[in-house]
Amino acid sequence: MIAFAALLERLLFAQARGAKLALLRQYFAATPDPDRGIGLAALTGDLNFVAAKAGLIRELAAERTDPVLFALSYDFVGDLAETVALMWPARPGNETAPRLGEVEQTLRNAKKGEVKAILAAWLDASDASVRLALLKLITGGLRVGVSARLAMAALAEMSEGRASIAEIEETWHAVAPPYDSLFAWIEGRGPRPSAGAAPVFRPLMLAHPLEEADIAALDPAAIRAEWKWDGIRVQLAAGPGGRRLFSRGAEDISAGFPEIIEAMEFHGTLDGELLVMRDGAAAPCAELQQRLGRKAVTAKMQRDLPVAVCLYDMLFDGAEDLRPLPFDARRARLEAWYGATRPARMQLSEMIAFPDLAHLAGLRDGARAAGIEGLMLKRGDSPYEGGRTKGLWWKWKRDPLSVDAVLMYAQRGHGKRSSFYSDFTFGVWRADGALVPIGKAYFGFTDAELAFLDKYVRDNTVQRFGPVREVAPGLVLEIAFDAAQASPRHKSGVALRFPRISRIRTDKPAAEADRLDSLLRLTSA
Amino acid sequence: MPAPHPETWLRNTRAGLFCEPGGFHIDPLRAVDRAVITHAHSDHARPGHGAVLASAATLALMRARGIAGVSEQAAGWGEVVRLGEVDVSLQPAGHVLGSAQVVMEYRGSRAVVSGDYKRAADTTCDGFVPVPCDVFVTEATFGLPVFIHPPAGEEIARLLASVALFPGRTHVIGCYSLGKTQRLISLLRAAGWEAPIWLHGALVGMCDVYERLGIALGRLNQASGAARGQLAGQIVLAPPSAVADRWARRLTDPVVAVASGWMRVRQRAKQGGVELPLVISDHADWAELNATLDDVGAPEVWVTHGSEDALIHAAGLRGMRGRALRLVGYGEEEG
Ligand SMILES: [Zn+2]
Ligand SMILES: [Zn+2]
Repeated sequence: MIAFAALLERLLFAQARGAKLALLRQYFAATPDPDRGIGLAALTGDLNFVAAKAGLIRELAAERTDPVLFALSYDFVGDLAETVALMWPARPGNETAPRLGEVEQTLRNAKKGEVKAILAAWLDASDASVRLALLKLITGGLRVGVSARLAMAALAEMSEGRASIAEIEETWHAVAPPYDSLFAWIEGRGPRPSAGAAPVFRPLMLAHPLEEADIAALDPAAIRAEWKWDGIRVQLAAGPGGRRLFSRGAEDISAGFPEIIEAMEFHGTLDGELLVMRDGAAAPCAELQQRLGRKAVTAKMQRDLPVAVCLYDMLFDGAEDLRPLPFDARRARLEAWYGATRPARMQLSEMIAFPDLAHLAGLRDGARAAGIEGLMLKRGDSPYEGGRTKGLWWKWKRDPLSVDAVLMYAQRGHGKRSSFYSDFTFGVWRADGALVPIGKAYFGFTDAELAFLDKYVRDNTVQRFGPVREVAPGLVLEIAFDAAQASPRHKSGVALRFPRISRIRTDKPAAEADRLDSLLRLTSA
Repeated sequence: MPAPHPETWLRNTRAGLFCEPGGFHIDPLRAVDRAVITHAHSDHARPGHGAVLASAATLALMRARGIAGVSEQAAGWGEVVRLGEVDVSLQPAGHVLGSAQVVMEYRGSRAVVSGDYKRAADTTCDGFVPVPCDVFVTEATFGLPVFIHPPAGEEIARLLASVALFPGRTHVIGCYSLGKTQRLISLLRAAGWEAPIWLHGALVGMCDVYERLGIALGRLNQASGAARGQLAGQIVLAPPSAVADRWARRLTDPVVAVASGWMRVRQRAKQGGVELPLVISDHADWAELNATLDDVGAPEVWVTHGSEDALIHAAGLRGMRGRALRLVGYGEEEG
């Protein structure tokens, strides 16, 4: 646990992506199995044990520290786990700090009532750095700014060419903590772990925003156009080994949408958009949001919020990998399959015919139907490449003045909202991997959404500055605004006019929020 | 006749602590006729005094800072100097080179003013000597139980591990010119770092005085003389203000480290873009403060500056009477 604690401490302060990668690589290279695999799972949120609540930490503090000294210390530090980690009265004994693997195994098997005594003994045997890591781990709040994708990038670097990020991402669902077989493959000591028959996630192909400079260079004859639906991008993977519905972040969301799983009577992998559909018409995305993040779903929800998938692409037909084929060929395979099987709860994404780009621009501006965000443009000859390859796919949003930003800070509101965190600062990614704030907005939606955000802030607070809480970068907010102006007064170099939160994007990983340079380009336009 | 309680002859004035029967101030905040100076940090050693009593090293460091008194008197450790009706002597405080505690005896009653101090080992200055007394006047910069400084050697090991992990980057450590700089250098040398250590120009003067006074620091280079790219893989020391300034542009993809007791708390450390916080302090941590209260065994403790509430509470738990002096003006240049 000592090496893991040291890693967390350095990751917390590292800004640049390159530095984080180097730290992760070194940790994975220097730490033995199974500790490093447990560390990896802890970082990517894949550890599974009953987390302790903050109340348990308070109880421990009350038993082992003077109440006046604790109160003065907590007041100064501002974070409960950190206060306890720093002031825990050491009881030097024979014990050494526990290994990470031991911590995970013990907690996985512990009964609820035993956790406190176990934790106290560990704290006694550890230094402040390990104590803090333990307390953060056990309350489920590491928050050091490492996404699963970053961890995978570190593994890819470590493999010295044996494994690409995309291959690791595909393999991810075939392995489980402590990932011995994954590390064996990365280090060239074993074969690539096989998913067997279980359906696996294939990295999604993503689009770039279409910018002025791109438009001039587009050849209308080489481009295919589809509606850009405002739902949730999903991947449907099915075969003899099972059926899975994945979010764009590779999260398995099958349990929340049993009716889709039931309809997946095929063998292959499809790319599409999950929508709430009534009588063939898509409902606003807010309705779909109500069905997200659920482990189980009631019959009433299935009835009130009926879902369907609008199919964009076919990645695998049976075991045949179609991804190297051009878009047009894949589309033909998708249409043929669809025509032959007529699957329930699925429809084909419409291909929009257009004589020229001006016509398309008119369609884009006129598209006011609920559930349509704008247009997708795809080169007819584009292979399906995971990630965001330049020059193949573009998104051409109806309202270009919106940005997907990451929640950074929150402050309480006023009046009837004074008990809620309702005043939010958000930011976008700078080229060096740092998150820079671009503006502040007040929430204007339903009480349920306000409650969600308030809880999110409380659960994900990294630290406090007076009334302001810093939140771990994990939640994407879609921000609508009237204009973006260059502003040397702001750290980001840009100021937004009338920014407001138009949507909470729980479906979108923070790493995929917008980049500062795309926002800066809007200021000159 | 019973010995007079120190509160009858040592009191808090607008210029700082004043010893009335001795006719002198200790670390006065404004110019006075007669001053006893604990150490040469700018918040304790201020310019313009008449007669100054201090350790020889403190006087040398003050002269190098250009703030000599009109007349100076050096006292060796334990050497008794009679000022007015008071016997004054100095004992090492272990804070920085020359740093002293002021021991005062008046009609059988003894008070000790610690100045700033620490108890951890430091090869660049003499170690703290506890002196039993009736009133112990202590600092409390790190007077909260959350402040426990790890062994400095461990922090240096973390720094050197980072240098090994990022060989293409410059490690720049923000630290103050007097005391912290020289201690870091000596810790690096003790850890086997024999390469030249690069200094911001503002740190050079104090290092020269240390060397003149017999503290060997090894090879030191001025960072301003480095060629482009030459500082990759090197360790550079600079005042904290320079680290975020244009001056830092000469560094190669710098890893910004700060060496201070405040780095113990992440919220503090996260301010100002620190990438490698190092918990190395020239002040006593919570454990040292408490151990010192036990060592001096004074029935009464006065706290000059810092987090006095917690330390006074802790003194109370030991049956000692605590009192906050709330001297303002100290602690500006330290950590
Ligand atoms: Zn000092
Ligand atoms: Zn001081």
